[in-house]
Amino acid sequence: MNKMQTLLLKGGRLIDPANNIDRENSDIWIIDGSIAAPPDAPPADTAIIDVTGKWITPGLIDMHVHLREPGEEYKETIASGAQAAAAGGFTGLACMPNTSPVNDCASMTRFIREQAALCDARVYPVGSISTASEGKKLAEFGEMKAAGAVALSDDGLPVLDSQLMRRALEYSASHAMLVISHAEESSLSRNGCMNEGAVSTRLGLKGIPAAAESIMVYREIALAELTGVPIHIAHVSTAESVALIRSAKERGVQVTAETAPHYFTLTDEAVLGYNTNAKMNPPLRSSRDREAIREALADATLDAVATDHAPHSILEKEVEFSTAANGIIGLETALPLTLALVKENIITPTRLVELLSSQPAAILGVPGGSLAHGAAADITVIDPDRIFTYTEESIVSTSKNSPFIGWNFEGKAVLTLLGGRITHNEI
Amino acid sequence: MSRTYIFKHKHILGIDQFSAEDIFHILRTAQSFTEISNRSIKKVPTLRGKTIINLFFEPSTRTRLSFEIAAKRMSADTFNISASTSSATKGESLIDTARNLEAMNPDVIIMRHAFSGSPHLLKNHTTASIINAGDGTHEHPSQGLLDLLTVWQHKGQIEGLKVAIIGDISHSRVARSDIQGFTKLGARVCLAGPATFIPPKIEELGAEVCATPAEAVEDADVVMALRIQRERQNDSLIPSLREYATFFGINRQLLSRAKDDALVMHPGPINRGVEMSPDVADGPQSVILDQVANGVAVRMALFYLVMGGDKNSTGE
Repeated sequence: MNKMQTLLLKGGRLIDPANNIDRENSDIWIIDGSIAAPPDAPPADTAIIDVTGKWITPGLIDMHVHLREPGEEYKETIASGAQAAAAGGFTGLACMPNTSPVNDCASMTRFIREQAALCDARVYPVGSISTASEGKKLAEFGEMKAAGAVALSDDGLPVLDSQLMRRALEYSASHAMLVISHAEESSLSRNGCMNEGAVSTRLGLKGIPAAAESIMVYREIALAELTGVPIHIAHVSTAESVALIRSAKERGVQVTAETAPHYFTLTDEAVLGYNTNAKMNPPLRSSRDREAIREALADATLDAVATDHAPHSILEKEVEFSTAANGIIGLETALPLTLALVKENIITPTRLVELLSSQPAAILGVPGGSLAHGAAADITVIDPDRIFTYTEESIVSTSKNSPFIGWNFEGKAVLTLLGGRITHNEI
Repeated sequence: MSRTYIFKHKHILGIDQFSAEDIFHILRTAQSFTEISNRSIKKVPTLRGKTIINLFFEPSTRTRLSFEIAAKRMSADTFNISASTSSATKGESLIDTARNLEAMNPDVIIMRHAFSGSPHLLKNHTTASIINAGDGTHEHPSQGLLDLLTVWQHKGQIEGLKVAIIGDISHSRVARSDIQGFTKLGARVCLAGPATFIPPKIEELGAEVCATPAEAVEDADVVMALRIQRERQNDSLIPSLREYATFFGINRQLLSRAKDDALVMHPGPINRGVEMSPDVADGPQSVILDQVANGVAVRMALFYLVMGGDKNSTGE
């Protein structure tokens, strides 16, 4: 697809919550890579794609991925991660800084931006809160922002020192950068490798109690309240965290939060058989937690669905459960898993688009999440009825560590446009 | 159970995998093998030409010896690989070790490993039968079976018995195997110990948790102590072994709450004076050495059954 061409997506259901639109039988015109008003005289070579029966949504934005470059390119690169994103309907990715080395300075941020320049998704680097994510001293927020970082996190590790976290929040305000918290009280989770409960007891694996997360979620809320600076809680997995966030929002604390599809889909029973593709941090929780997460997605306690896409090779996963690496890939399953919530009438299609596109864009303060005229044509076309089996062979990501291999899904992204360029097409 | 029963398990990973019928079949098979160990020539040709590897990533004297004696009494060729001499110390992964052993075509690999679930990983990379000789804090199925056999021999039944297990349930693979084994056969398993040693939701494995050792031991038919590992006092799980012995050790006074003919058991090795006082360990109710003897018979039965003894019963 040549960027200068005119493209017409014809006859779809337009779902654009940022502009309060949910309209059947709608067209979208794309001219020179941007969403445009219908031209008075359409050019003769206008490409027309019939999207009848499909949803046209703003490009999906995943505010929490690990792209592994630099340092672990055998797991994923920025380019391969962006391809996986396109295949899953994503046009924007916020990549966490726990690469090797850590993205804790302007030159690293710049490197990521440069590597991402010609890729199939917009890549928004998240800089680290502390140098080398060691939790000791603040990284250079301002310089990273100037180089293109959109937010700050030591994700993968909590900021244990409460004073440092307070300073990070205060100082982030000076640069208008969002702080994202990986909420984990490490002394409670130490050596744990799955949720603490009946399954961990049965398997003889050391558990991580739900309180390891909620204690830290409460601290983050208290610090946001103390400083008056917004905070975003990553990968919420427990009912208690949800309750804390809900009550904080009710009293006006500036807290936003995301969860990942595995937390509203699976429980710790997925670990049975010592399945290392069900090992992640925070761990899969109980069915009670899963229900609470689902409710929180519906009632807007949780603001976004992010994948925590964490590629690992068999070197890290085909080992004893306790020594296996944490994390699963998610870019190619997030949309089908979230669509399942729509099919179960837990959320509406509009809410799905909010969770996967408009809200991540708003929380991060990045472009996208809207189909307004003049916006870059980052667009996802979703066929809600497309039936497919997620197979290992079909995975675009370099890594294959997913607990969903072999699952049958209903609904997926069938066309992804990035600035009007087709990055994925199976329409 | 008069219909033809065939033991269908290729691997012995945990008591978790067995039905009550499976367990009774193993116990009956083991009982029939106990006689061999009392012969003057303690050997049958049943497993002649079979190769059995003892793959131990954790130190063990008793369990390894018990498996080795069991294999030799059935005429199998046995080989011992221990962590200190194996490739584990050279950084070879468990899967590579499995593949290398596989190339030598063993029939059974007996595995002990510090990490829960390791035998489950090994079984995906070998065609041999895997027998779990203890994986982390998960299970120790042959120990559970020999405990069941010992109680069965003395009590004539398992159903309806009250079994008290006192000690570090959290870190005990023996406890997980025993809880499931005894409850599957209809016994009541009552646990006691410091709350730091009681894992969450252990009730879902079928056990009852008692507030005190006295409550667990009251009217019990079996009183079992678990070994306390000395390093636990450094993990803030117990303040000291001394305090543990005072409040949770099995002594004559605590034992007097159990039935008069209650059996005293311990998976060994015993910290005498910590989890069990010497007079109880060596007293008339102790069946600790019967447990050791039965270990050989149970392991002979497991070899026999995983190698299809039921199906091509050329017998002893």
